[in-house]
Amino acid sequence: MTPKTLYQKIWDSHVVHEQPGQPAIIYIDRHLIHEGTSPQAFAGLRAEGRKVRRPDLTFAVMDHSVSTTDRTLPILDNDAKLQFDALEKNCRESGVRLFDMNSKNQGIVHIIGPELGITQPGQTIVCGDSHTSTHGAFGTLAFGIGTSEVEHVLATQCLVQSRSKTLHILVNGKRPKGVTAKDLILAIIGKIGIGGGNGHVAEYGGEAIRALSMDGRMTVCNMSIEGGARAGMIAPDETTFAYLEGRPFVPRGKAFQEAVERWRTLRSDDGAKFDMTVELHAEQIAPQVTWGTNPGMVTSVTARVPDPHDFKDLNDQKATESALKYMGLKSGTPIVDIPVDRVFIGSCTNSRLDDLRAAANFVAGKHVAKNIKQALIVPGSRGIKSQAEKEGLDKIFRDAGFEWRDAGCSMCIGMNADVLPPHERSASTSNRNFEGRQGKDSRTHLVSPVMAAAAAIAGHFVDVRSLDGVAPVE
Amino acid sequence: MQPFSTHTGMVMPLDRVNVDTDQMVPKQFLKALTREGFGRILFYDWRYLPGEKPNPEFVLNFPRYKGASVLLARANFGCGSSREHAPWGVKDYGFRVVIAPSYADIFYNNCFKNGILPATLSENEIEELFKRTEKEEGYSLSVNLPNQTIADKHGLMFKFEIAPSRKEVLLKGLDDIGTTLQHAAEIDAYEKAHTATATMYDPVDVKYYSNGR
Repeated sequence: MTPKTLYQKIWDSHVVHEQPGQPAIIYIDRHLIHEGTSPQAFAGLRAEGRKVRRPDLTFAVMDHSVSTTDRTLPILDNDAKLQFDALEKNCRESGVRLFDMNSKNQGIVHIIGPELGITQPGQTIVCGDSHTSTHGAFGTLAFGIGTSEVEHVLATQCLVQSRSKTLHILVNGKRPKGVTAKDLILAIIGKIGIGGGNGHVAEYGGEAIRALSMDGRMTVCNMSIEGGARAGMIAPDETTFAYLEGRPFVPRGKAFQEAVERWRTLRSDDGAKFDMTVELHAEQIAPQVTWGTNPGMVTSVTARVPDPHDFKDLNDQKATESALKYMGLKSGTPIVDIPVDRVFIGSCTNSRLDDLRAAANFVAGKHVAKNIKQALIVPGSRGIKSQAEKEGLDKIFRDAGFEWRDAGCSMCIGMNADVLPPHERSASTSNRNFEGRQGKDSRTHLVSPVMAAAAAIAGHFVDVRSLDGVAPVE
Repeated sequence: MQPFSTHTGMVMPLDRVNVDTDQMVPKQFLKALTREGFGRILFYDWRYLPGEKPNPEFVLNFPRYKGASVLLARANFGCGSSREHAPWGVKDYGFRVVIAPSYADIFYNNCFKNGILPATLSENEIEELFKRTEKEEGYSLSVNLPNQTIADKHGLMFKFEIAPSRKEVLLKGLDDIGTTLQHAAEIDAYEKAHTATATMYDPVDVKYYSNGR
């Protein structure tokens, strides 16, 4: 039998209808929805007199525009309120489970899926959000879709798709101390470029990927889309099974053991062919900091802001020039000399317990620098928030001068009140540094949680490898 | 969906690589409940100065490109967020065709749901079109989907590739959902053979409105 990739295995087991030369109809196991990209889909269904086919496989949550402060206060943003109301009404009318903003399980859609065990290996998962790739950390085929496709999945529980090409990304060797999952994925994007994975589904492997916790694996898969790959996946293993056991939506007892046996077959066969392969060496990766206006504009913390003429391609030169102007940076400036105004630790990329623990471990007993106007900690879910509070992390952060907030997308996208003001510079653990992403004319530098924490304490970027309080590789 | 067959219109060049969907429709406009009205805010932050004063330095505000309906772009157009608000804005502004050397996957896919043709040409061909657009005021192109050609009135003619199934969707203005529902029996059979149902073991704090299933 021809060896198959993990992607091919999941694809083959989800084909409902396929004929040569045509895209296939594939079945969707889990459909996650949120307030931002679903109202028009429900309106479309209603206009055509269609119903939600499988409300039991559809899960809704409020995350993009929710307040991260006191939710008992009235919602002042009327447009956001109308979207919350629409989601509530749509879920009520169609029988879809809704984690509303007051649920103790509320959180960012890509955080709560895995946390509650809704996400399981071998599934197909879609959501009207490009960071759906996060769920691939469990060996699922998970990707973002547009609102028309949200409507399609609501109506049919299927999607019309063509097979993607496959991209194998291997990170060999061991991560040095202070180098995190975030640094691995930023280095990968720096290497392949933000369009490098277009048309491909990525599978990550190699010693450094295998050594990551599930939290770290989710960080890696989360940013697959920033390298152009719509989905990124990691074959499930003992780390995955241990994470899933006992979570609310995961089978128990004998059913769990049977599931694990099935999940063990979810790996690329030896000799399976990928369309493209990229290799990196973890030992050579330093903490990463973005300097430009897309996640591929990234360098090591030990480097300097590049010069447009460092690039051969004319389009790259123009893009670099424009990015430096937007970012208010001069070529040649050492990255560690860049001062920071605000720090954001949060988002579906880096707001899980591992992230908060690493940051808290670093800031314990220290205080944010005088020039820092705001340092935000936004847990990815209320479940994470509550566990972090049990561990006393909230107190560590508060004592160090950070604000401890409620769960949501927050300053990653700035759809609520958590906005980065014009011309201010952030050290952010989120996933996008596009122009205006965190607020109009705001300047984002993407980093790992421990790098963000260190920037908060120092007031500028620092190489965490040289500092105390950085946990060695687990 | 509005079908697409042929289109002739003025070209507007957007000379920038990696244009992301955050630039097409910034986040503050994602709180809408409908698909309408995104043309006015397309490329909002580039297009407007404070007070929504048109930014004279942004190409969309150049008088010579008023009424353009073909958007000429650079590599990896539409990267980033999956927001379909981006193609809604492109369409609502009046663009029927985008021409670029490459597209991000989700944006590309979303175009076909909205009757926009995202045509792909080589970098060299794109370069030639940028030159001609710059040189000739009112430069326009005729795009023919059945023949897969892009031509100007001076004899330039480029062939573009598109998957036959994608072409058919645009030509017929197909409603995907209706097409998929023709396979309802196969979907039923798939569901019978695979138990994909989620089982909730612990009570989690969720609003669950039973609809009688």
